[in-house]
Amino acid sequence: MKLFRISGGIHPKESKELSADRPIERLPLASVLRIPLQQHIGGPAVAVVDKGDAVKKGQILAVGRGMVSAPVHAPTSGRIVSIGRFVAPHASGLPGQTITMRPDGRDEWGELPAPIDAFGVDPAVIAERVAASGIVGMGGATFPSAVKLNLRNRHKLDTLVINAAECEPYLTCDDRLMRERTAEVVDGVRIMRHGLGVGRAIVAVEANKPAALAALRLAVAAGGFADVTVVEVPTRYPMGSEKHLVQTLTGQETPARALTADIGIVVHNVATAFAVYEAVRLGRPLIARIVTVSGGAITRPGNFEVPIGTPVSHLVEQCGGFRGTPERLLLGGPMMGQPLASTRASIVKGVNGVLALAAAEAPTGPIMPCIRCASCVAACPCGLAPFDMAARIRKEELDGAVRIGLLDCIACGSCAWVCPANIPLVQYFNYAKGKLTAEQRTKHKQEETKRLAKFRADRLEQQRKAKEEAMARMKAEREAKKRQAEAAARVEVEG
Amino acid sequence: MIEAMGILLGLGVALGGGLGVAARLLKVEGNPVAAEIEEMMPGTNCGQCGHPGCSAAAAALAAGSAPVSLCPPGGKALASALADKLGIVSDLSGMADRGSVIAFVFEDLCIGCTKCLKRCPTDAIVGASRQIHGVVDDACTGCEQCAEACPTGAIVMRPETDTLATWHWPKPADRLAA
Amino acid sequence: MTARGPIGGPHTHSGASVGRTMGLVAVALVPATAYGLYAFGWPALFLFSGTVVAALLWEALSLKLAGKPVRLFLFDGSALLTGWIVAMTLPPWAPWWIGVLGAFVAIVLGKHAFGGLGQNVFNPAMIARIFLLISFPVEMTQFLEPRPLLSPGAPGLAESLAIFVFGHAGFDAISSASLLGTVKTALGQGTALPDILSNSHGLLPLAIGAVPGSLGETSAVLLVLGGLFLLATRVITWHAPVAMIATMAALSGGFHLADPARFLDPATQLLSGTFLFAAFFIVTDYVTAPATGTGKLIFGAGVAFLTFVIRTFAAYPEGIGFAVLLMNATVPLIDHVVRPRIYGRTRSGEPIRYEER
Repeated sequence: MKLFRISGGIHPKESKELSADRPIERLPLASVLRIPLQQHIGGPAVAVVDKGDAVKKGQILAVGRGMVSAPVHAPTSGRIVSIGRFVAPHASGLPGQTITMRPDGRDEWGELPAPIDAFGVDPAVIAERVAASGIVGMGGATFPSAVKLNLRNRHKLDTLVINAAECEPYLTCDDRLMRERTAEVVDGVRIMRHGLGVGRAIVAVEANKPAALAALRLAVAAGGFADVTVVEVPTRYPMGSEKHLVQTLTGQETPARALTADIGIVVHNVATAFAVYEAVRLGRPLIARIVTVSGGAITRPGNFEVPIGTPVSHLVEQCGGFRGTPERLLLGGPMMGQPLASTRASIVKGVNGVLALAAAEAPTGPIMPCIRCASCVAACPCGLAPFDMAARIRKEELDGAVRIGLLDCIACGSCAWVCPANIPLVQYFNYAKGKLTAEQRTKHKQEETKRLAKFRADRLEQQRKAKEEAMARMKAEREAKKRQAEAAARVEVEG
Repeated sequence: MIEAMGILLGLGVALGGGLGVAARLLKVEGNPVAAEIEEMMPGTNCGQCGHPGCSAAAAALAAGSAPVSLCPPGGKALASALADKLGIVSDLSGMADRGSVIAFVFEDLCIGCTKCLKRCPTDAIVGASRQIHGVVDDACTGCEQCAEACPTGAIVMRPETDTLATWHWPKPADRLAA
Repeated sequence: MTARGPIGGPHTHSGASVGRTMGLVAVALVPATAYGLYAFGWPALFLFSGTVVAALLWEALSLKLAGKPVRLFLFDGSALLTGWIVAMTLPPWAPWWIGVLGAFVAIVLGKHAFGGLGQNVFNPAMIARIFLLISFPVEMTQFLEPRPLLSPGAPGLAESLAIFVFGHAGFDAISSASLLGTVKTALGQGTALPDILSNSHGLLPLAIGAVPGSLGETSAVLLVLGGLFLLATRVITWHAPVAMIATMAALSGGFHLADPARFLDPATQLLSGTFLFAAFFIVTDYVTAPATGTGKLIFGAGVAFLTFVIRTFAAYPEGIGFAVLLMNATVPLIDHVVRPRIYGRTRSGEPIRYEER
């Protein structure tokens, strides 16, 4: 298959060898699981169980709310201990609504929906099952997958692309999944292809995973699946960026501010495909995922099948704990992963890695002034001038930064990776994007306030009018009575 | 000599006349700045600035008789926006930015007198007579009128804290701050 | 660090640093510099060291006055490099104060007056060169034939020190003009070009540097070697040097063909004076050049064009300094107009449109 070049990009040190040869392991259950209700983009799920309830494995704990949302299921059997706020797996370390459960150790399945004859049903049935199983994009974006399958209703689609690039350094969970559960992954890919209502699926794997590529090709050939093509794409970060992967495969650029669906393509992560297989073929909701635990400060790196809600601290303990003091503790890869505020936070659906980086692995150089070397311009896969944007943001010229493309930035971090001055470019961009959103929120609130104030003023005015009218009426009645009385008196006098 | 004087005189008359005509034709009724400023104000007419309402405050700002830092609910953000709008270079570093605050009702002190309900310009307090009142966070503008009205001191203003939905990355510390 | 709140990503880094970049440039400068020091002997070595030390002292003083961390910036290599490049553009036997003054103008006026590292609009070394050339035309144009270290005609240590401190007026040196200077003077007197060149150097001495010239700018071969090293290590990109060389070759080639008696041939134009030094070490300066490839092409071509015009039609025999400063002034404009195309957008910034599907 002919591939196309993307501009920019970098070749960070892969460090995948730390965990690439460690088979997926299951770990003993943690003594307590904390399941956040917001594990996806969109509205948080709403709890449908109460404190004290006994739940079975796979039982629904919270239902999705709104068009874009996802339900949450019990990762094992046990009892609900509390429903309240707990530190979220998020850079801020702020609390989020969380269901805490204590496993009973029996790990008993509840009643599961019946398996579906995947290729004998309407695509809508697949999407419905995917939605009910709480499946979200497992590459880290956590967008509800069913919403993406349903794009077929609004867009003319022709291709499903399965993103198995795994371009982030250190991470090997997708690699292991493809090598160890190849048949299931391929089946999941084909089910998704059918669910999306398109004729072909392309599985794109970076060249640094030859074993996964070979396994997938073998499985596809053995099954005689003409609808699935396995493609080796060059190892180049950020190959796993949806729009760049599509460009590599098709040569087509997704227009700015648009979806890949606008050019007929929907991209799903390979781990999502496995989750879809389990949901459709076995009726199992998304309650566990494969996580790579790695980094120089982890005693025993590896790949693990982790129930959702497992505390990070439990996972680290099972890997032999920290080796020395980690310089950085991250959820996800080192390029786009988020710093972890506390190891008490849980593994959620979008977490593909837990990294504890030693001081030698993390950048610690002093921040210098920009010397305009333009390395960032060359590295940017989106054709931006990061140094210029950061300079504007530093001076609070947010609108200026937007004019030169801030909102086209995918925050891949290539610019900051090459920056010889160690300027935290990505943080400048994240700050600016967040501040712009906050400003919009403030503006919205101000408009809302004005509306409320006007509403109240109108109401007070109406009340005043009503009162006046009532007064006038009473006065009129009193006078009428008075006149009647006077008239009567006159009659008496005259009479 | 005469020629030059004539030319200059002619030029003067023509340009001066042009200015005079323009002044009449292009005259702006009212003060458009005042209207634009009013758009920027919170619009709750809370009166903390000492003016009878946001509209009056905007007029005073436009006339230059009020400082840009006059609006407590607007805070530093509004003050700097106003300074930009009016082209004033104003040192706001001294202005304490209390951040955005919202009202909070201590339930054990609230006697359910409904005085706060009546004062709230955005109907952000809910409750009824002899029932504990509560604040609708999203509607509260932090104007403090309710706190002033409360006879038992049950209402305090609390800083609006970040949530997972509102948090965003802080600006990187300026380089070499260490 | 006052690192409060989370540390943003990415959490891995290429290992690039300002110091490393500057170090690589220094390495690239070593061959040409070493040759210059060898060819012009002890006085050149004194001048070179004096200029570099002065640059570091001026840098330290400026940082102190600006309240910036002296240690961090002094050793990032930028001041060392600026002093180095200034020294390379000086006549090799110039007295000490030329070097110290040059370093002052480059570091204090050219760099720190604009706000320090990364903030200057004009190339500091070129500001220093032009400042000295205009202020001290005599000292700045007294070149001499190479007298290699330890060769019979070379001054000894004591004599060299005297030259460094008092200038070489007392030493019986045959000062001569550079090739471009000779050509300019002779052409001005109405001599035809072939006659001038016949009793001048051939191309080979120009290429290896056996000609009168500035301290570090004479050996074309070694300068190109350094430039290729910078290209190979990706410190610089090909755009500006290639645009500069190509433009000069095309322009001078055209004019030379039209009138060989008046206009120098392209090879001489490229190999003489500061041209190749500027192509690899001056127009590739990060701070004062455009950020995009296209911008660098425009910039390099502009420098070559102005250089040719000044060399050929203006009063000065060498025009690189002026050309670079003039083009430096256009860099903000070039960077504003020439931007990379944003992914998913057309050059004009509109989202790409596909046929309605």
